[in-house]
Amino acid sequence: MKIKTISFFIILSLNIVNAESSSVEISSILKNLRCLICQGQSVADSNSEFAQTIKLVVKDQIDKGRSEKEIYNFLIDKYGEWIVYKPPLNRVNFLLWIIPYLVLVAGGVIIFLLFKKRVNHR
Amino acid sequence: MKKKIIKSFIVLLLIFIIGVFFIGLNNSTIYDTKSLVGQKLVNIELDHFNKKKKITEGDFNTNNFTLINFWASWCGPCRQEHPFLIKLKEENNLKLLGVNFKDQKKNALKFLNEFGNPYDVLAKDQLGKSSVNFGIYGIPESILLNKDLVVIKKFIGPISLSDYGYIKDIINK
Repeated sequence: MKIKTISFFIILSLNIVNAESSSVEISSILKNLRCLICQGQSVADSNSEFAQTIKLVVKDQIDKGRSEKEIYNFLIDKYGEWIVYKPPLNRVNFLLWIIPYLVLVAGGVIIFLLFKKRVNHR
Repeated sequence: MKKKIIKSFIVLLLIFIIGVFFIGLNNSTIYDTKSLVGQKLVNIELDHFNKKKKITEGDFNTNNFTLINFWASWCGPCRQEHPFLIKLKEENNLKLLGVNFKDQKKNALKFLNEFGNPYDVLAKDQLGKSSVNFGIYGIPESILLNKDLVVIKKFIGPISLSDYGYIKDIINK
């Protein structure tokens, strides 16, 4: 009984997460697109001619069944990587993506070494 | 020894941070379209201005050079570049495709009657969605293509006297 109840709640929560992710898809895509003619605004935030057009295009692409990645690739192909706030991993921005993980690992190592040193002192 | 390692690490970290700032701040954040040069335009589909038909790459891949010009009657700088487009009409090596962008038909026709029609083919893009295929983000913008529909140059803003000279040089080489 207990397992059935837990399974029920897990499935229910997964469904809620799925429903939420599909409904926010368009707004999350628009938030990750830079308005090329605005100062520091995303397409979602802007009402410029350019932003309005991109909103229509993204909606069309979603209606055609394109995935988020396909939509980004289409727009990157037309406007370059500058249009996305979160650019895909490539040779140029490799360091930008990898450094946080390296810092995390280095931090972990430092904490481990300090902890080990303290234990040895005791 | 340990102190030396820490010092070296701090120095390297500082060099790295300064390097990142140096490169980052020297990079222009203004959008440009250099990356589009050399790309081949594919899946071109535009609505004809007058007829109920689509304009595709097949309509202008017989031209030696094509200049696609995005314009509108409500666009001030389009008036500024128009005399250069009229002059370019005289070039035999070049065909002009005009794309009337988010405009009203009667206003567009009035504009062409007043300033002249330089276009060999005229298309319309009332919602601006087709222009996204060309990487357009404002008007006027123009794209110079060769016979293989490869982008030679993209002109952002009105075509200037130097742009006019550049186009003439390219098509008469």
